Amino acid sequence: MATDLLRFATAGSVDDGKSTLIGRLLFDSKTIFSDQLESVERVSQSRGNDYTDLALLTDGLRAEREQGITIDVAYRYFATPRRKFIIADTPGHIQYTRNMVTGASTADVALILVDARKGVVEQSRRHMFLATLLGVPHIVVCVNKMDLVDYREDVFEQIRTEFTDFASRLRVRDLSFIPISALNGDNVVDRSENMPWFDGSPLLSHLERLHVASDRNLTDVRFPVQYVIRPQQHEHRDYRGYAGTVASGVMRPGDPVVALPSGLETTIAGIDTADGPVAEAYPPMSVTVRLTDDIDISRGDMLARPNNTPAALQDVDAQVCWMDETATLMPGKKYAIKHTTRWARAMVKDLSYRIDVNTLHRDEAATELGLNEIGRVRLRVTQPLFVDPYQQNRETGSFILVDESTNKTVAAGMIGSLPHPA
Amino acid sequence: MNTHVLSQLRSLEAESIHIFREVVAEMQHPCLLFSGGKDSITMLHLAEKAFAPARIPFPIMHVDTGLNFPEVIACRDRWVERTGVQLVVASVQDAIDRGLVTEPPNGSRNRIQTPVLLEAAEKNGFDALFGGGRRDEEKARAKERVFSFRDDFGQWDPKNQRPEIWSLYNGRVHPGESIRVFPLSNWTELDIWSYIAEEDIDIPELYLAAERDVVERDGMLFAVNDFITLKDGEQPQRRSVRYRTLGDANLTAAVESTASTFPAIVEETASVRITERGATRGDDKVSEAAMEDRKREGYF
Repeated sequence: MATDLLRFATAGSVDDGKSTLIGRLLFDSKTIFSDQLESVERVSQSRGNDYTDLALLTDGLRAEREQGITIDVAYRYFATPRRKFIIADTPGHIQYTRNMVTGASTADVALILVDARKGVVEQSRRHMFLATLLGVPHIVVCVNKMDLVDYREDVFEQIRTEFTDFASRLRVRDLSFIPISALNGDNVVDRSENMPWFDGSPLLSHLERLHVASDRNLTDVRFPVQYVIRPQQHEHRDYRGYAGTVASGVMRPGDPVVALPSGLETTIAGIDTADGPVAEAYPPMSVTVRLTDDIDISRGDMLARPNNTPAALQDVDAQVCWMDETATLMPGKKYAIKHTTRWARAMVKDLSYRIDVNTLHRDEAATELGLNEIGRVRLRVTQPLFVDPYQQNRETGSFILVDESTNKTVAAGMIGSLPHPA
Repeated sequence: MNTHVLSQLRSLEAESIHIFREVVAEMQHPCLLFSGGKDSITMLHLAEKAFAPARIPFPIMHVDTGLNFPEVIACRDRWVERTGVQLVVASVQDAIDRGLVTEPPNGSRNRIQTPVLLEAAEKNGFDALFGGGRRDEEKARAKERVFSFRDDFGQWDPKNQRPEIWSLYNGRVHPGESIRVFPLSNWTELDIWSYIAEEDIDIPELYLAAERDVVERDGMLFAVNDFITLKDGEQPQRRSVRYRTLGDANLTAAVESTASTFPAIVEETASVRITERGATRGDDKVSEAAMEDRKREGYF
């Protein structure tokens, strides 16, 4: 049976037991190889630990250990007979916001860890806000270290209530809570005998069963043209195909489409892959579309349905997370902008406010955004972008800003309003 | 209920194809680093898919240590013949003869590949090099980007990586700088084997188990060949073995296995309990941080 793919991002610091939890998932799903385990056992012993420190499995680079820093997101993999999982493991520390934005940008699920002894802290609220800002469809709160609070139901319920209250201020689509002990393995893979009062699933079976198929936008056809395939070979002399990844919607041969920005309408003649034509293309398939009419289309253009098109905007309002440590975002600055497969230039016209990611307070007096700060900006772009609100379409609602002198990626942008009321 | 859901292998395939197209659309002179191993062959197979029915629109480069298994070279040449892709060979032996690099006393040409690679990339003006690295291989890879920026010395600085958000890759470089691109970042060893089996991809037959003459050294099994000759007192044994990785023929060990078909390899890979490099690569055992160091210098 074919398995599907689930991407999740973990949020929490080492103190919350995040590394131990990931180590536990890898270990209990038998993803850890014996040479890796031996190495971890050796280090644990040499440090005089009473038990094998599973957190060491996710220990980072020597450069990090030597300098006491953590280099953003690490990706880890494990699979069960039902699913393959990709974990975007984002560490805590100061650069947290940038890391979590990166990890959450492609995640189906955000796993937020809370220490049962500490309850909902400022950091927990920040994780929840960022997960919803990035449009992560499912949030799972793992209340960890239940062994240290005698597996008490009232402690768990208290945290659940507090979190649910906060979440009601955000647009959280699916929120669930699981009491665990990552160290002892309670409710991680196997149901805990220490918490008979909990009637939900252990974490792994929850992740295995989570229904993510309906999260994708299958309604609005958006096909950013990535590359035009025109073989310079005699046998394919007349072939002209538009290669790209389906951003959203379902495309079929015979469907009417409109090419943007030209506005010319035509129909889909065929949808090709290297394995032959297909009857349907849907996200995240990479295909090559042939059109009935020979119209001028190039990289950066977009195919949509004539009666359902994205907005063509040169003035773009967006939430922006600033990711550069050497410069700040200020009105008047110019950047390169990449949206779907289109590059353009953008000028910051206005910074409406900076948002406090802990309190959700909006500071309208803010004049700039520094590293890890999030705010609402208005951009003027040199050419129209074909956009949808991010909360409806993560592919056509997102962009990056690039510094034109250093070529560094300096910001992540989400078009449209915040996922919660003012 | 589960309509319009891609299997995880097809999702990985789609992601890799997207990466290939993005690089070809945005970079001036991409090139695919080809070792003849299963990962680089899988890459080439995906590249072929990404641009079909057109030919692969960039060359492949083989950094030839001169210590190849003949089966690997034969497989490489079959691929070049069938796809019509342009092959660039950067010879380590030639670089030794010219004095660019010095043959290390331990016989491993692994580390001296780097200057040869960098020189050839510069000479050909390649600004994007596809590599077959996977993040599941070890720690240094787990934190590397899909588009990995290299300075004008070809070096990787793990502290100075570009944020990579959504699938909005940023390949912008100044002249002299380049990017390494890893289209297989999210694949695991098991995914590679499952895909090779599903697609019936042409790989060197050394990956399949067969009765071979082997000699045991440092707990590892080396097949007797032109590069591994018997030392005094060593007796070859006839064992059923296969290779999990294919590096230099003088240093790559085989593992005991009866998996002589792709499905059998998939099954074996799913149940195996030791990492592929831990099992078979003398050159990676040097230190835990060996890969991290080599990557910083500009290794694959």
